[in-house]
Amino acid sequence: MEIKLTLNGKPLTASVEADTLLIDFVRAHGCYSVKRGCETANCGLCTVLLDGTPVLSCSVLAARADGHHVQTLEGLQDEAADFAAFIADQGAEQCGFCNPGFVMNTVALLREIPDPTDDQIRAYLAGNLCRCSGYEGQLRGIRNYLDSRKEAQA
Amino acid sequence: MSDTRFRVVNQPVRKKDAMQLLLGKPAYVDDVTPHDCLVVKVLRSPHAHALIESIDSTIAAKVPGIVAIYTWQDVPRRRFTTAGQTYPEPSPYDRLILDRRVRFVGDAVAIVAGESEQAVDRALPLIKVQYQVLEPVLDFHTAKDNPILVHPEDDWQALCPVGADNRRNLCASEACGDGDVDAVLADCDVVVDQVYRTQACQQAMMETFRTYTEIDAFGRLHIVSSTQIVFHVRRIIANALDIPKSKIHVEKPRIGGGFGAKQTVVAELYPAFVTWTTGRPAKMIYSREECQTAGSPRHEMEMHVRVGANKDGKIRAMDVYTLSNSGAYSEHGPTTVGLSGHKSIPLYTTGLEAFRFVYDVVYTNLQAAGAYRGYGATQGIFAVESAVSELAERLGIDPITIRERNMVREGQIMPAYFNEPNNACALDRCMTRCRELFGWDQKYPVRDMGNGKIRTAGMAMAMQGSGISSLDVGSATIKLGDDGCYNLMIGAADMGTGCDTILAQMAAERLDCSIDDIAVFGADSDASPYDSGSYASSTTYVTGKAVEKACDQLKQNLCAIAAGMLSCPVENVTFTGRGVRALDGAGEVSLADIATKSMCGNTIAAQATASHTSPVSPPPYMVGMVEIELDTETGQVDVLDYVAVVDCGTPVNPNLARVQTEGGIVQGIGMALYETVTYEPTGRIMENSLMQYKLPTRLDMGKLRVEFEPSYEPTGPFGAKSIGELVINTPSPALAHAIAHATGVWHRSLPITPEKVLRGIRHGQG
Amino acid sequence: MLTIGRYSRPESLDEAYALCQKKNNVVLGGMLWLKMQHRRVGTAIDLSGLGLDQIEQTADGWRIGAMVSLRALETHAGLNAATGGAMADSVRHIVGVQFRNCATVGGSLWGRFGFSDVLTLFLALGATVTLHHAGEMPLADFAALPRTTRDILTHVTIPAAPQRVVYLSQRNISTDFPVLTVALSARDGAYTCAVGARPMPAVCFADDKGLLSPGITADSARAFAADVASRAVLGGNLRAGADYRRAICEVLVRRAALALNKEG
Repeated sequence: MEIKLTLNGKPLTASVEADTLLIDFVRAHGCYSVKRGCETANCGLCTVLLDGTPVLSCSVLAARADGHHVQTLEGLQDEAADFAAFIADQGAEQCGFCNPGFVMNTVALLREIPDPTDDQIRAYLAGNLCRCSGYEGQLRGIRNYLDSRKEAQA
Repeated sequence: MSDTRFRVVNQPVRKKDAMQLLLGKPAYVDDVTPHDCLVVKVLRSPHAHALIESIDSTIAAKVPGIVAIYTWQDVPRRRFTTAGQTYPEPSPYDRLILDRRVRFVGDAVAIVAGESEQAVDRALPLIKVQYQVLEPVLDFHTAKDNPILVHPEDDWQALCPVGADNRRNLCASEACGDGDVDAVLADCDVVVDQVYRTQACQQAMMETFRTYTEIDAFGRLHIVSSTQIVFHVRRIIANALDIPKSKIHVEKPRIGGGFGAKQTVVAELYPAFVTWTTGRPAKMIYSREECQTAGSPRHEMEMHVRVGANKDGKIRAMDVYTLSNSGAYSEHGPTTVGLSGHKSIPLYTTGLEAFRFVYDVVYTNLQAAGAYRGYGATQGIFAVESAVSELAERLGIDPITIRERNMVREGQIMPAYFNEPNNACALDRCMTRCRELFGWDQKYPVRDMGNGKIRTAGMAMAMQGSGISSLDVGSATIKLGDDGCYNLMIGAADMGTGCDTILAQMAAERLDCSIDDIAVFGADSDASPYDSGSYASSTTYVTGKAVEKACDQLKQNLCAIAAGMLSCPVENVTFTGRGVRALDGAGEVSLADIATKSMCGNTIAAQATASHTSPVSPPPYMVGMVEIELDTETGQVDVLDYVAVVDCGTPVNPNLARVQTEGGIVQGIGMALYETVTYEPTGRIMENSLMQYKLPTRLDMGKLRVEFEPSYEPTGPFGAKSIGELVINTPSPALAHAIAHATGVWHRSLPITPEKVLRGIRHGQG
Repeated sequence: MLTIGRYSRPESLDEAYALCQKKNNVVLGGMLWLKMQHRRVGTAIDLSGLGLDQIEQTADGWRIGAMVSLRALETHAGLNAATGGAMADSVRHIVGVQFRNCATVGGSLWGRFGFSDVLTLFLALGATVTLHHAGEMPLADFAALPRTTRDILTHVTIPAAPQRVVYLSQRNISTDFPVLTVALSARDGAYTCAVGARPMPAVCFADDKGLLSPGITADSARAFAADVASRAVLGGNLRAGADYRRAICEVLVRRAALALNKEG
């Protein structure tokens, strides 16, 4: 079947199978940041934004994205780089395989709750597993970013 | 606080690949290899033990897009091991790519290669296999000398004298000791005598096993794999395919986590066989289910510990017997087990009059175990540290006091650690600092928080090694490039922990330049100098020293080139970091000038390679303390605060060392509280997904605080020891201790689930 | 693995209903559970073009479209005000935000899953569901319908009558399936206690013996909890045995009762 969607701001018409998953569709269109970490919707690695909402692309049919806007990390480089630099300053990226999903959901978090508490950060990102970092460095990075932003505004 | 002796080392510099990884640039196997290749999958056994009577793949082969289906009759009949270890491997040769006998639920039965995943998925269930189902050995207590043999085959072979005997289901066995343990124990006022059990935890790295293979322009097999061990992969695949090692080229791109799992050849065999046989590019990507059920997890172990002490708390004797479950194959079986005693008993060297350490490693019809961070030390330290805390409780002595009285000290010789000297040890300072930072004296007393909830604390010490002594080889090549920058080539594999960066820090320190002037390349079996690989906590300590040496040699070479340019003897010049200067002040040439000269009428290499090995494996040490809130009505345990103070020698990069510590602690918390492994009566693993096998999330680990209490290891690069494995060792004993202090019940079998805690409270036993 | 032959986004409920009469066609919810199944689906019926993603306050109560996500339930101010935050409490442990953005209330209820937090809460709230063909019925009646029923759940409605409710669950680890769920509501002086993740689908217990009638005290809460725990049919699975569930049931029901009292 044919679908029309916007991928990272670019209109796209493509032919897909009824059971093509969005993760496979976006990877086939060069969005290699999107990773598969499990088959059971538990890891958060495949997070993309569907009309601005973070979803698991492993659990969304490409057909369902017909008529919608899909964003991957490839399309949000500048927005992500702002806070990602603070995570790099902690060394909390580690192996990096979970990073794109985690970064995408952090983008969503900061859009929805611009000044989150630590508990809000933990709750919002709970669905993003990381086996390397122990999470604390990721939190420090986000916290430092938020603090630096406040300092800049003050 | 950074060490003023250093300029680049001991600085929290960013990991060189950090921003690329955070911004999702293509870097991993499936991102950087072609997609129009054969898809390879494996048909897996539903039985724990069976003989294949027949396989009919005629219908499956007719599925459009299926290119090849291979069975046990198609593969070389020469046994090998998939353990990534230095040759001759201690792990017996007990594998074939496909065997007629299947030995666990998930063992490989057939390899299917097709043009698309859909085709392969359609073909797999169409392969008709007739099994002669055999009774399996599922309980590792009954494996030794069981009439049912996991490896009855005549061509089973142990290359090293590890005490293996396939006719007894023994993968390894040994006994060692010092002094008369039985006599000393008989003379002790108190003996704690308990059995502890740890489960077959999964590394659960986020990137599953995966490998791409192709035939290159020279007709050689080119393997791109997510591996910690490019050189061992070359040998193992050559053994498996029965082809010359020179026909194989292995490289690794970025690795999405390893934790030891990728120190075994897991996915590589199948696409390599397909490509070598068909000549076509192929790829295998393990599913998460395969990772959980046909991977390379931690060895399940049971440790019988006897610790004897005087009433005053002086620990005089330790006796450890470990039974380790290697599962269906031998990978890392003979070696992991050693750490359960040799990296737990030495913690109490001070007053120890005698020790004994005996072990058996057995084959069973369960998933084969492998290497997982901590590598046996994690299991042994859970047992020994729990026993010491039980001892403290029995004697009414504070758990810190008893450890301060008995812990290993700098300068001691450690009989239970192969008589190695304890050159650098800040364990005592770690304890003092951890107590203060954590607030032990306030947090240890049991506090009633109301509504059935109580708070208290637990603690543990830990050690590990730094590489395998007199065995591991690390190498580095460093060369000067056109504009005066350097290329550092290594065979160690950065699996996310940052070895590319910390080795560059060492090179920059030695070459008196910026870390930005060092580009790092690795690991590639054709292009990198030989390295055993990234395991056994070896890279910082062993490869780091090789980097140091290579830099020193390069400086000599550059001075020699420069001396020619300055027309003076080489003794009369000195390396300045920016270039080479004549000592008499008569001139200086820049690195860029030397580089230019090196490419024109020059016979002195502007590069140097050095290798290193160490006769010792200096232990890093740490102390971990944890505060919990325990719900006495539900048995739920919440981790509130975890404080670790670590002696890894000089932390080469304090940021990366801290994050490794935090990551190791959270993995350790998972092992202690959450990561259950349950077998059905058939031997099938029930936790076959991340839906059932529960990793800690960021809501499950409380607050983490990490500090370093450095010692200076004289044999290490810039005083460094290791960090990577040590840090997973304290959570299990510390949490068991805290739960016992809260409830009065010692839990000696992991994980300690709420159900077990509540049962303990209600029935008084763990 | 799951294969799907055709994808359809019907423009009317009648069209969707007609499609779902065929046995190997299936209505898509969030697809989270469906995706893990090994089956061949003929036509996947996507209801996302039918405006079923609205939460509306009507004279009858809160009318929630089947395609409303669990995340929308969690963040909806009106629903959470009406339930004292229990709506958010019932879903906030489910995997993660992205998962809850995918999962739908219709899919959660239709599945009548043995682990369902959502079913537990909505049962205690006295919710009704609307099926396109069969019409409106109490959720408890729907829960008892055979799974072969070929109809389309379009809405779930929480009655307008004021009520207080408390939701509690026990989990081995934060975002896991629950080991047990309890929702206790008070409506017109009557108490309804739903117990879920038994590990069978949630069921309701009324205070038949009037244990809470004199008011909720430490003693009456204890007695009521013991009564519910003794009546509930509980089983074991990978996460816990029946004995543990019974112990937890008593604790959660008692704590829910005390919390309900505090709230009132």
